[in-house]
Amino acid sequence: MPTPESTAVAPRKRRGRDLSHARDFRPGFLVKLVLVALIDAFGIYGILAAWNQEAWGILTSMVVLLAVTNWVYFAKKALPLKYVLPGLVFLLVYQVYVMAYTGYVAFTNYGDGHNSTKSQAVEALLVQNERRVEGTESYQLTVVGSGDELGFAVLDADGDVRVGTAEQPLEEVDATVDAGQVTAVPGFDVLDRTTVLERQDEVTSLRVPISDDPNDGSIRTQDARTGYVSESTLHYDADADTLTDSTTGTVYSPNDHGQFEAEDGSTLAVGWRVFVGGENFTTAFTDSRYAAPFWKILVWTFAFAIGSVATTFLLGLFLAVVFNDVRLRGRKVYRTLLILPYAIPGFLGALLWAGMLNRKFGFINEVILGGANIGWLTDPVLAKLAVLGVNLWLGFPYMFLICTGALQSLPGDVMEAAKIDGASPWRAFRSVTMPLLLVSTTPLLISSFAFNFNNFTLIYMLTGGGPRFSDASVPLGHTDILISMVYNIAGVDGNSQKNYGLASALSIMIFVIVGGISALAFRKTRQLEELN
Amino acid sequence: MRRSISAVAVMAGLALTLTACSSGDDTSSDDSSTAAAGDGSTLTIWVDETRQDAVEAAAEDFTAETGTKVETVLKNYDDIRTDFISQVPTGKGPDITVGAHDWLGELTKNGVVAPIELGDLADEFEDVSVQAFTQDGQVYGLPYAVENIGLIRNTALAADAPTTWDDMIAAGQAAGTQYPVLIQTGEEGDPYTYYPLQTSFGAPVFEQNDDGSYNSTLALGGANGEAFAGWLAEQGAAGTLDTAITYDIALEAFKNGQSPFIIGGPWMLDSFEGLDLAVSAIPSAGGQDAQPFAGVQGFYVSAQSQNALLANDFLLNYMSTEDAQLALYEAGHRVPALTAAADTASADPVTAGFREVGANAVPMPSIPEMASVWTYWGVTEAAAITGAQDPTAAWQKMVTDIQGAIGG
Repeated sequence: MPTPESTAVAPRKRRGRDLSHARDFRPGFLVKLVLVALIDAFGIYGILAAWNQEAWGILTSMVVLLAVTNWVYFAKKALPLKYVLPGLVFLLVYQVYVMAYTGYVAFTNYGDGHNSTKSQAVEALLVQNERRVEGTESYQLTVVGSGDELGFAVLDADGDVRVGTAEQPLEEVDATVDAGQVTAVPGFDVLDRTTVLERQDEVTSLRVPISDDPNDGSIRTQDARTGYVSESTLHYDADADTLTDSTTGTVYSPNDHGQFEAEDGSTLAVGWRVFVGGENFTTAFTDSRYAAPFWKILVWTFAFAIGSVATTFLLGLFLAVVFNDVRLRGRKVYRTLLILPYAIPGFLGALLWAGMLNRKFGFINEVILGGANIGWLTDPVLAKLAVLGVNLWLGFPYMFLICTGALQSLPGDVMEAAKIDGASPWRAFRSVTMPLLLVSTTPLLISSFAFNFNNFTLIYMLTGGGPRFSDASVPLGHTDILISMVYNIAGVDGNSQKNYGLASALSIMIFVIVGGISALAFRKTRQLEELN
Repeated sequence: MRRSISAVAVMAGLALTLTACSSGDDTSSDDSSTAAAGDGSTLTIWVDETRQDAVEAAAEDFTAETGTKVETVLKNYDDIRTDFISQVPTGKGPDITVGAHDWLGELTKNGVVAPIELGDLADEFEDVSVQAFTQDGQVYGLPYAVENIGLIRNTALAADAPTTWDDMIAAGQAAGTQYPVLIQTGEEGDPYTYYPLQTSFGAPVFEQNDDGSYNSTLALGGANGEAFAGWLAEQGAAGTLDTAITYDIALEAFKNGQSPFIIGGPWMLDSFEGLDLAVSAIPSAGGQDAQPFAGVQGFYVSAQSQNALLANDFLLNYMSTEDAQLALYEAGHRVPALTAAADTASADPVTAGFREVGANAVPMPSIPEMASVWTYWGVTEAAAITGAQDPTAAWQKMVTDIQGAIGG
């Protein structure tokens, strides 16, 4: 590029070549410049969007990320970071943030009835307890203004017009009425619709007292066309931070659990989110209704995860060994066919099988077993076998793939040596192939275990956890695993009241179990490697 | 260099992701719902696909007359309830959403829905529809449709409407079809479809107050409920009720003329084109009136709407018109909630039939406790039908378990 700049820096480029790519003004630099500029543009757009949404958390993190990105890609010293940064950012956004947020929710009572902030809860309670006074008429209403002050002009059935503001109770005036609509009021301007919409917050919150006596109620409107007489039964005292029910005189004050509570212990329905400490973790263990099913489900979860890994691995390995034999014709076709189940999305596969295993109309009973009436998904034992069987079908191609890969990369000389030493094929497989194979596949087996431990999709789509325990008092079943139990307890399935705090706490405990087992297993693997 | 270019591309993707996050849910693609109103303010409405066209038609009139733009956001109906509850407090929710009346308890408990003053308009709606959206004396939604199940009859196979369960079975057997009657059940049971049969034994789910609202005292236990469970076991043994019959199987079988009767709602009608149908009351199995649940569809206004005035104006003055309600009827075939629109729609005998059955229906409870009932209820019914458990004992245990779930 024959611009003055590039010629000017050309000598420096030669000198500084080993020092830094960041100061390297080759065409590649221009490409980088354009791309970083693009990122900056998107980033700034994001920042502005966050600003508009008043999403300060996102805004701050966007600013920090953008600043760091620019620094990393233009600074001299940040060369290694250039490679690490994208991964690091994804780790922060998709892993660390999600984990931190789950951790945060686990210590709150976020869930039904504790959905938002305290001020929103107060607001909701106040609107829920303001209602139309029974037996009062509705009025044609016009929004009027005098200076900054808003008022209502109401037209009653007799054709009389009364006007008032928040301070000034309604009083009769001599106004112009045209076609059932107040068009002019002395001392006030009749506001047009645009103005009303601009100030709609003020309009909907305006209460014009009917008379000097506050017990008569006040006029409010929801659509700026019709006014109703309403009165509030609940009043908020901001200084004392209490709500008072004016009909009974009960005073409600906020308690530790994010609800307004009266002295007799009764609470108001709408609460807000507060920190509850370790309470979610203790409730998980103290609800006696869950105690018995919990142990059954824990055992089944382990059985399911270990069984799934073992069956899929053994079948995959067997097929891999068979199709690894060079004497077999058409190996490629067989291999491709075997991988097919892997290409079908897991949830779809599970749904398909659920249909095929239907007791009365399923393909298995109807066609293969000649109209048998076997409850594949409704008998406790058969359902467990069906879950394992379907997972075998879904999972063996993966194991087949990795075993084929591992087998093909085994050194040929070792096998030859075994053969020369006179080892039988079985002996050679057991003492040479297997140990070498396990070195490369064990980490994948561990991750497969962790995956199946939380294989929610399969359980949810195939059996939904059923058949239900007939002796338990909670809606859990014989094929429920820990994660589907959490889904159920926390009410995320809509079958009880939602409790996201409890769900987060239980997920963290599952994470500890899976994480602990995986860590132990990986340590074992390292020993295996050392042996070899 | 190539390496860092791809890294840059990755960063660009991330920036976009974050931007997407910052503008809230992917479905509410801009910040119109929180924008201060004024000229060019926008009203955001969550709808599902069956209702989208009808709402947009009403919105056109609204825009023409007031100059306010209306943005409809297409949502999956099953997601609306949860998304509404979680997004309204963040200010990213819509101004209005479609919804069912039985969400009401949960919505008010979470403080995400604002009352609507229907005023004199209330008299123009069917009583049950306004009653369903009423909690503690306040109305929280503008109803537009009432739906309930009835007995759909294939008149080619059975000429007359049966009045009792046994009549129906006899007529079904006389028709010589594979099933005397089709009732969707499934392995987990279907308490919604079975409810009229249960009420015919005098065992409603919750006790009702004098004004028709429900309190949280369970009423499905006791001798009546156990009699119903025993009846389920009898019918299961006789083969008239079967847990293998799911919604899809029942639909398919009725379409193919394998039964003269199916218990179901207006949502099934699209599948039965070409059949000559009549709708009548569900025959009583236990001697008392068989009352199905009435579900009322309507519109809710967000408690955090910045456009509350516009939202109320739109609902009260544009969605409550006969035209708007009829447009919604055309889209979903549910009986309109507005009496005038329902009268017009009743020109269709099938709609009139559902409306007549609906006159006897009870609103589905909208109290939050209801959420805990379904799951126990269904499997117990299924267990009674298959004979897996002793019906009386299973029913008693179910009542205890539900009580535990509600109390706990």
